[in-house]
Amino acid sequence: MGFEKFGRKSFTSVTKTAKFVDHLAEGKIEGTVCKDCGAKFFPPRADCAKCFSNNMNWFEMPKKGKLETFTTAYYAPFGFEGDPPYTMGVVDFGNNLKLFARMAKDIKPEEVKVGMEVSVRPLKYDDGQLSFEVIKT
Amino acid sequence: MKEVAIIGVGQTAFVRGYEGSIRELAFDAFREAMQDAGITQKEAEASIFCSAPEYDKQRSPAGVLAEYLGLIPQPTLYVETVCSSSSTGIKVAYGMIKSGLHDVVVVLGFQKMSEITSAESQERMGRGADIQWEAPFGTMMPAYYALYAQAYMAKHGLTHDDLMNVRIKSSTYGVINDRAVYRKPVKPADFKQGDPEAKMAGPVAWPLRVGDCCANADGSSCIILASAEKARALSKKPVWVLGIGAASEAVNMAARPDFTRGLSAGYAAAAQAYKMAGITAKDVRVAEVHDCFTIAEIMAYEGLGFAPMGEGKQLIREKATYKEGKIPVNVDGGLLSKGHPIGATGGSQIRTIVLQLRGEAGPMQVAGEPDIGLVHNIGGVGLYGNVTIFGRD
Repeated sequence: MGFEKFGRKSFTSVTKTAKFVDHLAEGKIEGTVCKDCGAKFFPPRADCAKCFSNNMNWFEMPKKGKLETFTTAYYAPFGFEGDPPYTMGVVDFGNNLKLFARMAKDIKPEEVKVGMEVSVRPLKYDDGQLSFEVIKT
Repeated sequence: MKEVAIIGVGQTAFVRGYEGSIRELAFDAFREAMQDAGITQKEAEASIFCSAPEYDKQRSPAGVLAEYLGLIPQPTLYVETVCSSSSTGIKVAYGMIKSGLHDVVVVLGFQKMSEITSAESQERMGRGADIQWEAPFGTMMPAYYALYAQAYMAKHGLTHDDLMNVRIKSSTYGVINDRAVYRKPVKPADFKQGDPEAKMAGPVAWPLRVGDCCANADGSSCIILASAEKARALSKKPVWVLGIGAASEAVNMAARPDFTRGLSAGYAAAAQAYKMAGITAKDVRVAEVHDCFTIAEIMAYEGLGFAPMGEGKQLIREKATYKEGKIPVNVDGGLLSKGHPIGATGGSQIRTIVLQLRGEAGPMQVAGEPDIGLVHNIGGVGLYGNVTIFGRD
């Protein structure tokens, strides 16, 4: 339990990586790193597909990255009707670490450019849901 | 390699709001394919049903549909790779026949999307991606493909006009395809920004607009495959499966290596299919590619080797992928005009290529008696890639 608190609306309640949400509540965006082979994962995984280990530690994601690509949604799927328009993008931190998230509401769509420097931060919605978002540096 | 052939093809018109159940929908394509093959159910040794789940309420549809089609007590099963389900069904059927387990196999793709609303459909499709880590942000298919479009356009100089011209090409053939859901011509004025009359111009997931997206539809398709011996005995014009390629890719966008290079699974599937068929891109005379969005067709040109990386735009600018061009692509209107009843789409693409190779494509027929045709069918946001190559005697 616990993972139902993730995101605008979660479709998963039980996962071995549910601590991710607790870390968000503490102000940290964390991936997992394999204790045995050192492979890093974001989004977090409970199992290492490289060496089959399930000994994982949490690590905090870098703060600075580049916006690799983005889109602004003017329609939304069922359950998100009140949200558009909203912009979502992929942030590349280098070293094979990337992250997908919405961009902060205060960034105007015309300000967003491929390749721009961005950061990420945890986010708490009014209804208590926990997420993270991309912000300007 | 001429070991497995297609001996019958069928497809319903793709429509909004089919007036019947999934059984009746499936039967319509099945009837046409069986009559095309000239066989009865006694000769069909197994069946494979293909769709994406959660549009209709039927769980385990294979047994239910097999009964309605008169295909019991033969073995049947269900295959799913969302939008490429029926291409995957063809691959499974090929294996069954090549292994000697069965001589004649029916592959039926179906989808009745109109049982749910468009917003519900977007939610279902979004859940064909990463439900744990991405769907909570409100993802949907147009947004995912828009991520590829944005990065690709920024790097390669592809313009909105290029994307528009993919849709205009598609409509050229949608107009003449009586199985297509969208049969009206499309003109540049339909994409004019800020004009409320311009019905293709509104943003869906920027940079993709209404006209860049294919429509939901109801439909079914049916492909009947046979061993070489049976095909020679039953069919005057067998169309041979020469090459099959299939691949998969990371579901989460955070694990995608490069948004400017198109879909990795499409590249991998193409390489396998070309190798198995012993041909190259230059040998293909007519192709069906997975144009769920206009950007997807441009990326497919490159993934299939019809154009070098970043140069896919040239093919649409030079009209090279029109019926009269050097490599005709989607000259049945593609997903953009035919509509995209998910499980039926791959079979519909295959039917088009079979008709082209038989010289039976009517007003859409490519001149010069094409001998090699290719089908490129993607599942999800490049989650599954399928390329199948066909040839005639």
